[in-house]
Amino acid sequence: MTRRIVVITAGLGRPSSTRLLADRLAAAVRRDVTDGNVDNPGGDGEVEVQVVELRDLANEIAQNMVTGFPGPQLRDAVDAATSADGLIAVTPVFTGSYSGLFKSFFDVIDKDALAGTPVLIAATGGTARHSLVLEHAMRPLFSYLRAVVVPTAVYAATEDWGAAGDDSLALRIDRAAAELTAQVTARPVPRGGTGAEAGETFVPFDQQLAALAPEG
Amino acid sequence: MQFGIFTVGDVTTDPTNGRTPSEHERIKAMVTIAQKVEEVGLDVFATGEHHNPPFVPSSPTTMLGYVAARTDRLILSTSTTLITTNDPVKIAEDFAMLQHLADGRVDLMMGRGNTGPVYPWFGKDIRQGIPLAVENYALLHKLWREDTVDWAGKFRTPLQSFTSTPRPLDGVPPFVWHGSIRSPEIAEQAAYYGDGFFANNIFWPKEHFKKLIELYRERFAYYGHGTPEQAIVGLGGQVFMRKNSQDAVREFRPYFDNAPVYGHGPSLEDFTEQTPLTVGSPQEVIDKTLAFRETFGDYQRQLFLMDHAGLPLRTVLEQLDLLGEEVVPVLRREFAKGRPADVPDGPTHQSLLARRDTKEVDV
Repeated sequence: MTRRIVVITAGLGRPSSTRLLADRLAAAVRRDVTDGNVDNPGGDGEVEVQVVELRDLANEIAQNMVTGFPGPQLRDAVDAATSADGLIAVTPVFTGSYSGLFKSFFDVIDKDALAGTPVLIAATGGTARHSLVLEHAMRPLFSYLRAVVVPTAVYAATEDWGAAGDDSLALRIDRAAAELTAQVTARPVPRGGTGAEAGETFVPFDQQLAALAPEG
Repeated sequence: MQFGIFTVGDVTTDPTNGRTPSEHERIKAMVTIAQKVEEVGLDVFATGEHHNPPFVPSSPTTMLGYVAARTDRLILSTSTTLITTNDPVKIAEDFAMLQHLADGRVDLMMGRGNTGPVYPWFGKDIRQGIPLAVENYALLHKLWREDTVDWAGKFRTPLQSFTSTPRPLDGVPPFVWHGSIRSPEIAEQAAYYGDGFFANNIFWPKEHFKKLIELYRERFAYYGHGTPEQAIVGLGGQVFMRKNSQDAVREFRPYFDNAPVYGHGPSLEDFTEQTPLTVGSPQEVIDKTLAFRETFGDYQRQLFLMDHAGLPLRTVLEQLDLLGEEVVPVLRREFAKGRPADVPDGPTHQSLLARRDTKEVDV
């Protein structure tokens, strides 16, 4: 059974440390799903990882704000995110929060389209002083979308890239990856689509009328 | 197949010279445009309804009544009539009156409106948008078909022994279209009544509307009004033409770039690729419009948006000349080719009258 993990990364640099963190997280999740971990011994399947670099979609995201519909590349990215078995969402910290580009991507997604999707949240920043962005901004965003956010959120400050020890970045990545893997592999079947397309959610007219019948 | 113009009625500054028409000029321009639509051989003029600046048409039946008196063939319609915030009793009365004055040349398109504050301004709750559309239309439908109505609902004061006057002309209510951009509930509503479904597809990619129209056609057949192919479908279009394609692009670009709806967003090139907008030669407009049939099936009404984004009246009238002389005659000819005999034409008062009389004979 192939699980689809979609990585949304909002780093702007090339190379970007946000992308670096995203790749580390994706690799750890891939390893856990295929080879297993303590909670998931033996592993149970294949993983397909798709990385969405929001930098490449910056124009189409802004245009979607104006026109109300996504351009072709953005539509593909939204479809990928909303049909994924698990999301890894990584943003740089800008001005005390997730970046505007990161937020804008989720602003153009239907508010119900990520309901129930397991999400691993992560962020990067210059110093560790911004790490609560994960708890005060990222987690509420995905709670609003009714996604299932795993308990461990991963923050990588610049200094983390040169640190080791018990609280090292690598350990937090492994813990978060294990939590996401548990959520992803616990889902009964891989998802096919959003189920929110026109025509799949309409209420038959007699029910619409009946709901309006006067009481008593 | 019916062809026409639908107007939003926006007062917008012409971005090429900074000139803003007065409300008076804009209203008079709309009337001039409506008369021109008939003169160039098109079939329908539809006006929007809005209750906030920069839009002028707050009172569609007043405007359409005036146009009715100055035209002979033109079908007068709306795009849209707000079924959520207007009192359905007043809609029934106003449009029946208009129908008499215009000798039956009237239909209307129901819409929910897209301006949030209009709901509270008219004492309604926007969260009840769909239920309001459903209940109000159910009442309107009844008022036009039953002489004496006893009625109670959730949103409006009940009626006892109420007769909406005047009664519809010849006892045949105006044909109703239901306009929608995204709601499958409205496609379902149109299908339930056997009414028309107008997909205002001008700002979005076609894939989205294909699903809505397929749903409407399928449900139209489910409710026993005919085959899916016989469902009554209308589509929007948005064009700007010059004989020479490059001239059209050059002249329209500043209007596109500053347009209230999509301006300062995508490029003209991207938008024309992704939506029905065509900026080019009459032949390009013909090709793009003919392609609608391949996507959506044979349909009954094609309305073009022409007078918006600050385009001067003179330019709009030139556009209508091109549409009437070079585009629509070809579209009529081409759309007629291969159109199955049992696919109905766009409904008119005469066709509805004939259908009712046939049914009475059958009974």
